[in-house]
Amino acid sequence: MTLTAEPDARSSAAPPKRPPQPLRHRLAERGVDWTLLLILPAVLIIGALFVYPFLYGLSISFQPLRGNDPLSNYTDFFGDPYLRDSIWKTLRLAVPVAFLSVAAAAPLAFRMRRDFPGRQFVTLVVLLPLTFGSVLIAQGMAQVFSTTGWINLLLTSVGIPEQQFIYNYTGTFIAALLVSIPFAFVMLMGFFGGIDRSIEDAAATLGAGRAARFWRIIMPLATPGLVTAFTLCLVEAFAIFPSAILVGQPDNATHVLTLPIYQAASQRSDYPAAAAIAMVMTVLELLILGVLMLLRNRLYRGPSSGGKG
Amino acid sequence: MTTTETLLERGAPAPARPPARTRRERPTLTSVITWVAAGCFVLVVLAVLSSVLVQSFATTWRGGWWPDGFTATWYGRAWTATGMSRALANTFQAGIAVVVICLLAGVPAGYLLARRNFPGRSVVMLLMLLPIILPPMTYAVQLAALMYRVGLGGTMTAVVLVNLVPTLPLVVLIMVPFVEQISPSVENAARVFGADNLRLFTRVLIPLLLPGMLAAGILVLVRTLGAFELTFFVSSAQSQTLVVALFGAISDPGGVPISLTAAMAVTYMLVAVLGLAISLRYVTPSQAIRQRHR
Repeated sequence: MTLTAEPDARSSAAPPKRPPQPLRHRLAERGVDWTLLLILPAVLIIGALFVYPFLYGLSISFQPLRGNDPLSNYTDFFGDPYLRDSIWKTLRLAVPVAFLSVAAAAPLAFRMRRDFPGRQFVTLVVLLPLTFGSVLIAQGMAQVFSTTGWINLLLTSVGIPEQQFIYNYTGTFIAALLVSIPFAFVMLMGFFGGIDRSIEDAAATLGAGRAARFWRIIMPLATPGLVTAFTLCLVEAFAIFPSAILVGQPDNATHVLTLPIYQAASQRSDYPAAAAIAMVMTVLELLILGVLMLLRNRLYRGPSSGGKG
Repeated sequence: MTTTETLLERGAPAPARPPARTRRERPTLTSVITWVAAGCFVLVVLAVLSSVLVQSFATTWRGGWWPDGFTATWYGRAWTATGMSRALANTFQAGIAVVVICLLAGVPAGYLLARRNFPGRSVVMLLMLLPIILPPMTYAVQLAALMYRVGLGGTMTAVVLVNLVPTLPLVVLIMVPFVEQISPSVENAARVFGADNLRLFTRVLIPLLLPGMLAAGILVLVRTLGAFELTFFVSSAQSQTLVVALFGAISDPGGVPISLTAAMAVTYMLVAVLGLAISLRYVTPSQAIRQRHR
């Protein structure tokens, strides 16, 4: 790895001592010269470890372990209703999770623009699930949400009958939400931070009431951020993996798209089949990204900060 | 900043409805809903995390508010029986290697993207954005297949390489605004005084970029620590990190005692909290994510 990092250090240390040539000058005018080599290590690493594996995965997905039909990995996936349904099961989980996380995170993130007591504490607690990841969340949920866990004890003490929270759809749903809400929150905090509060104050000065300020000023400015947050939460929830196994019902209700990938790769060592399903997942994700980003670009894109001069 | 804004508010001409003055004191329905929801979320998160902590000290806990008794022996057993010391060492090794490589390759790239316009710049930008936007599960398996193909499968090298994919673009994108805020005239002055490229970097740019590099490095460390999917598919028992070992113990059909996995989980939490606490001192999270998803 140090090998890739070295060439740029050398090139910046000893610039070539050749006499200037017209071609070099012409290139330099367009921004091409030797300092451009500085970007090479990063581009090489991403090219070799991100772009190439994609192409490699695409090519092995057409070379199934059994049989000669190059498309058999794909026909196997779409031909088997159990595997095919995993797309639908993923969507049924990811769309509500993304929607609910943005809906829950937006009001709180919006309030974070103003200072209040305990702001640091709220930020820290909200960030904890993001740092720990879903494996740890699942471990904790197995106790708290179990039939004799704290949540059910609390519910029965106020007269609500015991609920089965984990090892079903709800379990994975809660686990996804616990990671997705902080994700949306952190993103939205960034977006809302860019909306100048003086715009709102100016509207208030000009006589806009609370509702008018919200619908006419805040919403148009915030919607692009909300759509972006929703999109990225959706894509992230689309690839939910550990919690579908640990607190879900992996063979039925939470048999999401990542599970056939995991079973093919880790249990059967059938990488071509796993790569084929991963390709299906990638295409679906890119589709979601493309459609929603197109939608976002049709929204208001003007400045969100007031001039101060 | 705050004083000018409150002044602005006080100085504003009286609105049509005078009660609007006291709007911050009067709780509205939406604010009540927001705070109750936020409170519930905070409570659930704290409950989930503290239950792991309680579990790790419990002799037995078959449900109910509190375990039957307390003991600290699980930590000792986790340390010896589950190969946790190995996983812990692997985690730190991988984390440090990833941070070093990311900074070496990412800082120059970030510098160039911030300062220069060149043909193909938008392609490079897209190349840096995609690994961050796409969840790791979309490329984890292909990457693992490739690693096994070239004979690196299951080694520490593979773990380090695989973790570079989401973290290197993170460093690049975090560095761009940090470079942008350094005035180019500082660089020009250094050149006038005879600094060559190497000196410019080591004597002028690196010291000015140090806060950003520190922030980026710690974020990378935290992300590598928690990166489950990527490490899971390429690592073996010899090269797994803490999260992967934890997942293995939880999902083990043979039934590892839950208190034992809890002890592993608490160790993992301690390591992660340490990283988070340090990173919060140097970087505001919203700033980092905003750069990620711009």
